Amino acid sequence: MHTPVLQESLEELVERCTQAVETPGFAEAEAWKREVPGRALAGCFPVYSPVELFHAAGMLPVGLAGGGNRMEIAHADSRFQSFVCSIVKSTLEQGMTGVLSSFDALIFHSICDPARNLASVYARNFPDQKVEYIHFPQNLGAPEATGYLAREYERVVVSMSELTGRAVSFDDVRASISIYNQVRSVIRDLYAIRSDTPHLLKTRELYPLVRYGHLVPPERHLEVLLRARAMILAREGRPKDRIRALLAGSFCEQPPLDLIAAIEDAGCYLVDDDFLQGRRWFTRDVDAEADDPYYALADAYANRSVPCAVKHDIRTSKADALVERARAHRADAVIVLCAKFCEPALFEYPLYRKALQAAALPHIALEFEEKMWVFDRIKTEIETFVESLLFS
Amino acid sequence: MADLQYQGHLHTLQKELMAEYYASLTASAEGSGVPAAYLLIGGNPVELLRAFDILPVFPEVNALQLAVRKQSLPHIQAAEFMGYSSDNCAYVKADIGMYFAGRKTPFATIPEPTLLLCNYVGCNVYLDWFGHLSEYTGRPAFQLDIPFIRTRSGTPSRDDIVYVLRQLERLVELCEEITGKRLDWDRLREAVRLSSETGALWSKIKHLTKSAPAPYDAYFDSVTMMAPLYCLRGTPQGLRFFETAYAELAEKAAAGVGPLETERFRYVIEGPPPWPHLRTFRDMFSRWNAVAVASTYSTVGGLWEFGFVHDPDHPLESIARHLLEWNLTNRNFLQRYAQIERYLEEWNASALVIHSVKSCRLFSAGQGDMREYFTNRGIPTLLVESDLEDPRYFSEAQMRNRIDAFFESVGHRTAVQGAGS
Repeated sequence: MHTPVLQESLEELVERCTQAVETPGFAEAEAWKREVPGRALAGCFPVYSPVELFHAAGMLPVGLAGGGNRMEIAHADSRFQSFVCSIVKSTLEQGMTGVLSSFDALIFHSICDPARNLASVYARNFPDQKVEYIHFPQNLGAPEATGYLAREYERVVVSMSELTGRAVSFDDVRASISIYNQVRSVIRDLYAIRSDTPHLLKTRELYPLVRYGHLVPPERHLEVLLRARAMILAREGRPKDRIRALLAGSFCEQPPLDLIAAIEDAGCYLVDDDFLQGRRWFTRDVDAEADDPYYALADAYANRSVPCAVKHDIRTSKADALVERARAHRADAVIVLCAKFCEPALFEYPLYRKALQAAALPHIALEFEEKMWVFDRIKTEIETFVESLLFS
Repeated sequence: MADLQYQGHLHTLQKELMAEYYASLTASAEGSGVPAAYLLIGGNPVELLRAFDILPVFPEVNALQLAVRKQSLPHIQAAEFMGYSSDNCAYVKADIGMYFAGRKTPFATIPEPTLLLCNYVGCNVYLDWFGHLSEYTGRPAFQLDIPFIRTRSGTPSRDDIVYVLRQLERLVELCEEITGKRLDWDRLREAVRLSSETGALWSKIKHLTKSAPAPYDAYFDSVTMMAPLYCLRGTPQGLRFFETAYAELAEKAAAGVGPLETERFRYVIEGPPPWPHLRTFRDMFSRWNAVAVASTYSTVGGLWEFGFVHDPDHPLESIARHLLEWNLTNRNFLQRYAQIERYLEEWNASALVIHSVKSCRLFSAGQGDMREYFTNRGIPTLLVESDLEDPRYFSEAQMRNRIDAFFESVGHRTAVQGAGS
């Protein structure tokens, strides 16, 4: 069914992923569903979703990432106000225009107030689709948090089993953890390659490769990533006179690809970022052999996941973690790029600013919207920022 | 009848008791030695603090008091200067601005927190707010994680309840550590008993507005009673206030006395008030002889009118249920639709006003869908926007025009329906 990837060049692979990401709709996921009767699709709203649970239930977990800049919001803006971020509205718009009609379940998580209310609004408007809301503990480190999350995961799996009619065993969950471990491991490699040799892998290339995983089964994504990694490692080139920048803040709503390209073209090597954080949520593999795989997933969430504005862990300071990350990646500067009206991201900024200033790390704060078309202003701001660093 | 003044004894008593409460905050700030815990309104577990003689401090109440007294803007701007966005909750900004201005307000000096008790009850901003306070004050925050109501039954699961109970037990240990004394279960039961009686009276007060005319405005007058409900619940003074309030309002209901000369429109209102422009906003309804007979905002701290009572025999479980289930903020958005539907039917209201505030997306995100839902059911519904704390987001002329047009149209509709019947 799928086109083989083994013969494609890196540029062709990136282009294939870019096309998939930029084309409205979910054609590959829908094709996957049609292949075998009884298959089901679960649409997972950002930021992190425990995709293994849906995969184990025989579903394809599809990442929802908003409507990008190719969708006009004509209906949803009467339901959500002007001060609500775009991804909430574009997701509802996708529902209202039939783009999500092939989905059997929609999954939302305890990340912010608008996303939570969206779960209710979606459920009311689309009663034929199952809507689940996952509560992630916000007291990570507390002795009862991990066990509670494990039981929450079991609850969700039971709910999905009711939908698919398929019982889920521990082995099913272990197998799903294993395949997603492999995917995450290659993504970690690619991120490390970009950090070490950013002149060999642009973020404009890495991003669609990672986001392709939102749209296809993990087995297929793994195939693409492995092929891409092999070809990236064979690349040669010399670094240009650019700054090394860490980009923070764009973990939920996603900027247009052209904006990512514009930031790079403005003179930055992006050596780390927050894009699509949910796909690289864990700092190392989840235990795929654990007696209780639900607990293993929950434990990884509680104890071995990346800092994120929507995850509250009083054991660590997210601002300090940002500074440490910038240093680990030898970043010259930090770009804080928040989605407009994204309250969790905007709340991080004052503490980020304080910590970055204390660490003498230059930074610039900017806002974007997924639906933006014109990038000149942001590009000019970053160019000016870069010049101030290169020529100071 | 001559004694049944609108600004009756309950208003005087509220002022007296709140002044005493704020004096206790100032005393703590000035070294009385009484430890202070910051906590949040949503389903607040204040009873537990009472048992340890820990003073409850509600940053939301402080922020709204600043707004009512037209003191919020400089603090909001100071916070924005620190990097907070114009799109961040202005309660937080006013509070943080005030904190760095020395914690001095026209009503009290706010003490430094001994404990930051972040009762995460629905509102995600709570987590950021208390996280930032923890950073600024150097005090650890206790995150009391309350799972959101997310199942079809609309009730918490046994797992949810046990999970919250385990956390409350750890909170007890922390309070024991802070105060150096063991939990006195009799004192906790007594605080819960006081809350139980207070809640029962508050519930009866809420049901009084089923009378026509309603004896008080369930939005603009409820807020007078909400401060004692949070700041004084679980104390004899708090109970005394609600005994007084109930007696006074029940007498008004029996006598057919309302807050306005005439009650022409009975409406339900959703959303927090625009605190910096409260009087102006109220007048926009009063001039139409429109009385709010029920409000969702008055249930953020607890939803007693639908049957909840604290149980002194099971104090911790009772507190857990209050946090999980019996408050507006931890309920899902569709449960709010159902709550409003009950108000419309059982309180015999004919219109819905949605006051959408930018700061509080817990309340506001999706209220356009709510408008659609009720409009489709034939309920005249008005959605207006401003803010609960930031005075810059209030357009008086536009707001007045919209409210005028709304009641004009509701009046016309009522007249046509009356003529047709």
